[in-house]
Amino acid sequence: MEVGLKMEETELSLGLGLGLGLGGGEKADVGVVKSTTSGVGSKRGYSETVELKLNNNSAKEESATSTPLDLMKNDNKDDVSAKDISSKVVDSVKPPSKTQVVGWPPVRAYRKNMLAVQKSSGGPDSESEKPMMSGGSGGLVKVSMDGAPYLRKVDFKMYNSYQDLSAALGKMFSSFTLGNYGAQGMIDFMNESKLMDLLNDSDYVPTYEDKDGDWMLVGDVPWEMFVESCKRLRIMKGKEAAGLAPRAMEKCKNRS
Amino acid sequence: MRENTRLDGPTIGPAPVYTPPCPDQVLENVLENVLHFLTCRKDRNSASLVCKSWYRAEALTRSDLFIGNCYAVGPARATERFRRVKSVVMKGKPRFADFGLIPPNWGAFPTPWISAFAQAYPWLQKIHLKRMTVTDYDLQHISLSFPSLNDLTLVCCEAFGTSGLSFLASNCRQLRVLDLFEDEVNDDEVDWICSFPETENNLESLSFECIDFPINFNALEKLLARSPNLKRLRVNRFVTIDQLYRLMVRAPQLTHLGTGSFTPSEIWIPAHQDLDFGAAFAACKSLVCLSGFREIAPVFLPSIYPVCANLTSLNFSYANLNAEELSSVICHCHNLQTFWVLDTVGDEGLRAVASTCKDLQELRVFPIDAREDSEGFVSEVGLLAISEGCKKLRSILYFCQRMTNSAVIAMSKNCPELLVFRLCIMGRHRPDHITNEPMDEGFGAIVMNCKKLTRLAVSGLLTDKAFEYIGQYGKLVRTLSVAFAGDSDMALKYVLEGCPNLLKLEVRDSPFGDSVLRSSLPHLYNMRFLWMSACRLTLSACRQFAKEMPHLVVEVFTNGMEEVNDKDEFVDTLYMYRSLEGPRTDAPEYVKIL
Repeated sequence: MEVGLKMEETELSLGLGLGLGLGGGEKADVGVVKSTTSGVGSKRGYSETVELKLNNNSAKEESATSTPLDLMKNDNKDDVSAKDISSKVVDSVKPPSKTQVVGWPPVRAYRKNMLAVQKSSGGPDSESEKPMMSGGSGGLVKVSMDGAPYLRKVDFKMYNSYQDLSAALGKMFSSFTLGNYGAQGMIDFMNESKLMDLLNDSDYVPTYEDKDGDWMLVGDVPWEMFVESCKRLRIMKGKEAAGLAPRAMEKCKNRS
Repeated sequence: MRENTRLDGPTIGPAPVYTPPCPDQVLENVLENVLHFLTCRKDRNSASLVCKSWYRAEALTRSDLFIGNCYAVGPARATERFRRVKSVVMKGKPRFADFGLIPPNWGAFPTPWISAFAQAYPWLQKIHLKRMTVTDYDLQHISLSFPSLNDLTLVCCEAFGTSGLSFLASNCRQLRVLDLFEDEVNDDEVDWICSFPETENNLESLSFECIDFPINFNALEKLLARSPNLKRLRVNRFVTIDQLYRLMVRAPQLTHLGTGSFTPSEIWIPAHQDLDFGAAFAACKSLVCLSGFREIAPVFLPSIYPVCANLTSLNFSYANLNAEELSSVICHCHNLQTFWVLDTVGDEGLRAVASTCKDLQELRVFPIDAREDSEGFVSEVGLLAISEGCKKLRSILYFCQRMTNSAVIAMSKNCPELLVFRLCIMGRHRPDHITNEPMDEGFGAIVMNCKKLTRLAVSGLLTDKAFEYIGQYGKLVRTLSVAFAGDSDMALKYVLEGCPNLLKLEVRDSPFGDSVLRSSLPHLYNMRFLWMSACRLTLSACRQFAKEMPHLVVEVFTNGMEEVNDKDEFVDTLYMYRSLEGPRTDAPEYVKIL
């Protein structure tokens, strides 16, 4: 089969800003991952491809419909020399000095950069993010929600209580939620049974990362203390937050 | 352009004393009056060749000056011949500069032109520059030299920043159009929006989508309040959707809107939750063109539904949308003529386009991942669907990884109105992925069946046969782009000898050598330029060409900025263009002009 492929190029860098947080496969990438079932259009498709190339991993979750990926599966060689490209045309052309060919495909650098910036913005590890003030000084705090297409930030100075904050969060993400979270604001986390009820639903639950780097349920400490220690907020699905509850209870009991 | 033969002709300018005109003068006056109506450049060029008096009359009545290559002619010569120019359109670098194939500081400086125009056409109203190296100084110069300037458009330009824009904003009091498209603009941290005068202005169009840093939004909002005639506003990605809302409610008369990021601001402000974006769009009853959507939050897509039915142009090429999201919008866009989109919508998304947009004339599908081994999301399936649904298609640019001859052949038959066919199969040398044949037959069918075709870009695995077809059938082709294609010199020979209207030929990484150019040299005077990079041209042969063709400028340079080395077997890049001026004097050191 005469198929011209330059396998060795797949090992090289991508020429696009990589603020994709590849190291973090965790769901914190909410800004990048879309909750869509279409594999083709999802942003995840891109980052998966990226990881594929960098890890030289020929396994792919989605079925590979394109020929190059099939060949990668069969071949699984790390170094395919230029001679393996069987098209006779290539032999007569001076081979490119770099494995990545300049200016091909012919997409303007401006456009490539714009799309790269898009990918990296909104992700928690993105390079384009400005350095965050810590929650302790009452500044802006990132809020992410599992499944939402972008991050927001809240200014704690605007809120005086959990009630305020929960109403705000509920409103903020109401268009994204599948469940009924936000109807009555945040639950009273001091009430253990109510907490367990909620966590058993698939409703969303607000959690936060405190100064120690632990992820806690919102509501476990007095408001002022919370504002001091909260570094960032994440609204995750109830079931996932279940593991946090005991720890939250633990810390609560120790503090009171 | 013909050599300017100097004759004592009638003087131009008001005659202080009235004397009855002689018959020749009358004839010339009549001619001038008639020629005023001739707007098409080609027609004017033809008219100017009839005889000397027609030449003169045409020169006096040409008000729109078009210079396709700023080095083909000099400012002095141009301003000598054409005395009453009101608008100038000028292009500089060859298109491959967009893809990093020309090192920096290559040239295309408008400075000497601006100086010449300042003297010759102080009444100049419109300046439109493409792919030129425009500095802040140039912009300042422009702003001070042309008090009647009402239209400044910069496309794919670079080397200027907010300080240059600030000069334009404050000095050009008649400005109606300030459009920046795909330029690289430096952030000098000057607030150019604030530089617009406090009084009401004549602004009709303000476009700055390409500015990649924040602008003073409050100043922009106030500017809108002073711009009652504004019809086209295209903001950059630092304008959030809630800010866009504020702009839209101030300017419901807009016809063209660039929507910025189309996502809420990062810092959540409670009041924004209640903004009715749908109503804001619905209020803009004249909207026909939408673009932007730079960081789109798809949840806001329904806001644009009210205007979809009126849209003739929609640019989603920075919006990462899937098929479903696109369908929800496109199903309302019955009147769409121009559509740009990302391949994330997939073949399915394109099917949706095909089923609704029956009047579509221009389609561009860009890759979200522009690498040659990326996963392409569209294929021959999408192309076929488009060809079956959009029979009036005139122009297509399609990036993909998989294509078949049969889909391309189908398009050639379904879309006879095609003027522009640009297919980019991103993986190099890829054949028809079903038959594994070269893509010759597909492109052959395009030139054969699309009889109006003027622009063609080829890709995929191509043998000389494809070029034989192009030479045989592509009689109207003016622009041809070739990359990683062909087997031998014959390919280029077919094209150079077969295409009488070929004006711009850009070739890269193809096995074409000295002999074909040697035999086809005379054809090159009919062309604006020839670009050949990473081919098989020797320096000595290029020297020979330069010797034999006095009105061709032969530039040779390397991809890095190293000196061209005599010992290298082949030159990296040959850029050859016809010129009345001879070698330019502003070339950087790495460019060798032979």
